Amino acid sequence: MTTSSEPSTCEVEQVRGWCLRLYVAGSNPRSVRACENLKVLCETHLAGEYEIEIIDLLENPSLARGDQIVAVPTLVRKLPEPVRRIIGDLSDTERVLVGLDLRPRR
Amino acid sequence: MIESTTDASSAAASGISKCPTGIFGFDEITGGGLPRGRPTLLAGAAGCGKTLLSMEFIVRGARDFGEHGVFMSFEESEQELITNVRSLGFDLATLVTTQRVALDAVRIERSEIEETGDYDLEGLFIRLGSAIDAVGARRVALDGVDALFASLPSEAILRGELRRLFRWLKAREVTAIITGERGGGTLTRHGLEEYVSDCVIFLDHRISNQVATRRLRIIKYRGSRHGTNEYPILIDAQGFGVLPISSAGLDHRVSRDCLSTGIDGLDALLGRRGYYKGSSVLVSGTAGAGKSSLAAAFADSVCHRGGRCLYWSSEESPDQIARNMASIGFDLEQHFTSGRLYCHAVRPTLYGLEDHLARLHRIVGALKPDAVILDPISSFTAVGNLAEVRIMLTRVIDFLKSAGITAFFTGLTQGSEPVHLERTEECVSSLIDTWLLLRMTDVAGTRKRLLHILKSRGMAHSHQVHQLLLDDCGVSVVAAASNPGEPR
Repeated sequence: MTTSSEPSTCEVEQVRGWCLRLYVAGSNPRSVRACENLKVLCETHLAGEYEIEIIDLLENPSLARGDQIVAVPTLVRKLPEPVRRIIGDLSDTERVLVGLDLRPRR
Repeated sequence: MIESTTDASSAAASGISKCPTGIFGFDEITGGGLPRGRPTLLAGAAGCGKTLLSMEFIVRGARDFGEHGVFMSFEESEQELITNVRSLGFDLATLVTTQRVALDAVRIERSEIEETGDYDLEGLFIRLGSAIDAVGARRVALDGVDALFASLPSEAILRGELRRLFRWLKAREVTAIITGERGGGTLTRHGLEEYVSDCVIFLDHRISNQVATRRLRIIKYRGSRHGTNEYPILIDAQGFGVLPISSAGLDHRVSRDCLSTGIDGLDALLGRRGYYKGSSVLVSGTAGAGKSSLAAAFADSVCHRGGRCLYWSSEESPDQIARNMASIGFDLEQHFTSGRLYCHAVRPTLYGLEDHLARLHRIVGALKPDAVILDPISSFTAVGNLAEVRIMLTRVIDFLKSAGITAFFTGLTQGSEPVHLERTEECVSSLIDTWLLLRMTDVAGTRKRLLHILKSRGMAHSHQVHQLLLDDCGVSVVAAASNPGEPR
């Protein structure tokens, strides 16, 4: 289930690069929804500048600890820093954009 | 009445399996430990010792019972946890590196979190499950799980998930402790008690007379009998301790052997050869009447006969006791050196009564003395009212009796009128087996010490008033009439 949808890299020197990691648990409807929502959102707002890594915790349970995952789905913005965490199925696009700092906080 | 008896016995017969904690006193009041394979809620205010109790459960499980454990903290980092228990002699770091304990610190910053739709806490379940599998855990502690309420926005989702978590823990058949912060009107701030129904334990922290005492109470223990009292708890260099006060009954075996009082003349007055072993002795009297001297004589005698003695001093330091008693011919220093005599000198006001009691339990447990001297009990009124002091002394006496240890108390009486003398301030006389009274009297311009035996259960004792003589050769007791007016 681990996929990289864009060839762009997470290298630090690429300042405008977005490195996003989505944690899900199994391929239930909520996980699928979160993946789809994320891809649509990235294509709309970050086209060509992002890389998505999807981690299924059922397959890699030990990875939950490193990124302090409690809730799933959780989207972690690894780059640009600082790290942000966004929980839920990403259906509220406005709040995802706020969480990613693409929209100013109210 | 009959129904409740049947209830209790059927519960005991079905006998739910217990998981021993190894925590001093705790297994005694719970009849063997926590319910095995079930979650237990540990509620209490901040600073009550919730983290310590749950950590000790995990550490002792891994170290002493061969049951590996997971400690998941929602408040502290792994390193903080390791450092915090190191002072208690728990080598958590080694338990972690040898794969006997898994630590996981869950940190969620509310400010970092944006909620964007439906979610659940499967991540937490996976994390916990992976830690359990990694070490083959049989025990789990979730410390401060209610911190999640502060970090996750949706309370409804959280509640549903916590309910699922506790069911999940049960299904995994791990023995779990979940700690929760005390709430205002409810047991825990976020009502965790709603989800944990098998066993609920409450820790409390109260201050009276400017002295803080922690207490533990078992609110609920499904399928098991348990003590319903509030038990004083103690946190010291050995970790957590619960004082099993009510375990002392009146079913202790009594001894027919005696311990010498250390004074030949007094042994003779007591009909046999001194105080009964395992009995309680009170020496009360006015200031300077020789109470501590009788205590020293007894301590010296116990040590000389190869026994061990705990001297619990509330007023004097060990050095001071040794010096003063050397002046009447008792070399207590040698017994301190040989380790037969152990002096615990501490001001009563340093701790609460129950803390003192718990410390007494600890020391007696480690030292296994033949006799314990409390000199004087009157000073405990500085930290509690008379009723509380009486309860404490009752517990001391019950505890020492059940262990077959001779208890020797001194008590200061105010005023020298008979009416004052024959009632002790602490009103413990009814608990006392042998009660000696000392008082000063003026005879021909000289102060003399008089001793008489108010009571001594189970022995034919003298009813005469005798004179107590203290000099550099020791203490002696002579008949008052045989030595009229001529002090030595």
